[in-house]
Amino acid sequence: MRRQIPLLLTAIVGFVYIIQFFIPHRPFNIFEHLFTDWFLIIAACAIWLGVLNLLKLSLEKVYKRGKDWPYSVVTVAGFLLITIAGFFFSGGRQFQNPGTPFDYIYVNIFTPLSATMFALLAFFVASASYRAFRARTREATLLLLAGFFVMLGRVPVGDLITQWLPVGYRLSNLTDWIMNVPQTAGQRAIMIGIALGIMSTSLRVILGIERTITGGE
Amino acid sequence: MKAFSHSLISCCLLGSILLATTDSIAQVECSDSVPSPLLPPSEVIAEDHPGDAGGAIIVRWKLSPDEAKRITGYEILRSTSPTGEFSSVGFAATGANRYVDANTEDSLTYYYKVVAVDVNKNASESELSPPARSSAQWFNFHLLNLLIIGGLICGAVIYFIAHAKKGKKLFLRRIAGLEAVDEAIGRATEMGRPILFIPGILDMDDVQTIAGITILGRVAKTIAQYETKLNVPTSRSIVMSTAMETVKEAYISAGRADAYSDDFVHYVTDEQFGYVAAVDGIMVRERPATCFYIGAFFAESLIMAETGNSIGAIQIAGTAMPAQLPFFVAACDYTLIGEELFAASAYLSGEPKQLGSLKGQDVGKIIAMSAIVIGAALETIFAISGSSLFGSLAELMHKLFSIVAG
Repeated sequence: MRRQIPLLLTAIVGFVYIIQFFIPHRPFNIFEHLFTDWFLIIAACAIWLGVLNLLKLSLEKVYKRGKDWPYSVVTVAGFLLITIAGFFFSGGRQFQNPGTPFDYIYVNIFTPLSATMFALLAFFVASASYRAFRARTREATLLLLAGFFVMLGRVPVGDLITQWLPVGYRLSNLTDWIMNVPQTAGQRAIMIGIALGIMSTSLRVILGIERTITGGE
Repeated sequence: MKAFSHSLISCCLLGSILLATTDSIAQVECSDSVPSPLLPPSEVIAEDHPGDAGGAIIVRWKLSPDEAKRITGYEILRSTSPTGEFSSVGFAATGANRYVDANTEDSLTYYYKVVAVDVNKNASESELSPPARSSAQWFNFHLLNLLIIGGLICGAVIYFIAHAKKGKKLFLRRIAGLEAVDEAIGRATEMGRPILFIPGILDMDDVQTIAGITILGRVAKTIAQYETKLNVPTSRSIVMSTAMETVKEAYISAGRADAYSDDFVHYVTDEQFGYVAAVDGIMVRERPATCFYIGAFFAESLIMAETGNSIGAIQIAGTAMPAQLPFFVAACDYTLIGEELFAASAYLSGEPKQLGSLKGQDVGKIIAMSAIVIGAALETIFAISGSSLFGSLAELMHKLFSIVAG
């Protein structure tokens, strides 16, 4: 029974979503809105599961002086700081308004920290490109050449060094051709495969053939 | 002679200036004159929006003859009575000849007027539209082609599942990334280091996350047999709960319920870069021997994969986000590209029923490839020959494989 009910629920919700896509009439459209609302409510309530799990693991680590426990102190302190600032010192529902302690922490601590993590991407792109563009095989050489031409064609110097060629054959045109023809063709092939994969996976889950996520084998 | 030429040039210049002045005076006079009245849009038609659940009326009109010169847009007015008060329900930009009023009640009859508005805020009202009433349809005929093609593919998937149940052997091409799963787990076991599994950063309503969790179930079963430590940081609470149950079931089915711990799967944060920072910290501190990135990823993909690369971990990634695939290909040892991600669970399970569904996908590929080849051939022949027959056939193919907005 513990396994049958989730499978049954999955099948009902899955089929209702498929049916309402083609039949927008009542009652299917009402069920679709209802199921979406339920998911949002469950997701909103489930955040507490995550929060409790995070606090439990962090406090356990601090209590037992586990490996790297000072990081857990920072996690718990950060959680308490933003929660207390938001709930008790930021004007209730207006906690997101400019000038509140919650907003101050968000703008001056959270946003710069997020931006710092995002900025790391620039360095990682450089190191990954260095490895990807090494011409060790025929495919890697093709990738290197394509990348070289696309990058050069995207900046004014690309057209400057090929201005002796007819207009249609300059580097910016070659770049456009690479992006619009081979790149788009490859990407569309991947997209078609993904769409078919999604259909197949959805059917397996709805029909109860794939039971891993509903607690089966 | 020189004096004469100077006089001639002066005369020409003077003449030019006079002509230009006269022109500008004429222009000023013209703009000062009373402008012709703004012409309204015509042939306003209002009808039920097709293929929807009701609550919407589509209004169409013929553009005002002044469209190109002065019009800034069209205001849509609505009333429930032809003689009643009309109120504005929306504004359509210049050049638009349709507007969907998505805020109607199915039980009421509506009348519409379209008002052309010009740069000087002059307005010109159209004739009244015929009465219109919104209603819900029992079938969205715009999606009929999708139903037929989708039905064919789903039918093929179900047929091959039934076919596989009978014990027919099916050929599956080797997927290097999945063949390497055992090797990657074995390596972590030998090194005595943990295995890190990242199920993406989206929630359980995304099919990539579902695929990621199903793969986690298969991988966890092997990990349980090897008695290796598993670490699954998640960025969504529901994903955490589902992953916990999945890993627990995997350990039970592997006969190693005693080795399971709730700490294997834990929540970090919903915030994208907060999550990346935590995962990178885990990688640097715990130095896992194997990292799996299976699910939906965005900009964090490369940050995590490069950190994993820097600690020398074997990395297996899988995603259906086309923009992130190049990053994973560059930074990971193996990458499951698009459909391979969705095939992975079936591939790892080895169950005939699941493998049969993969065979059904091939029918979809045959349909897609045939449509591309036939469509390209028809378009090419039409472009070369100009034959209307091939043009019509190409148009038919286009309609068959595109979704038309209502």
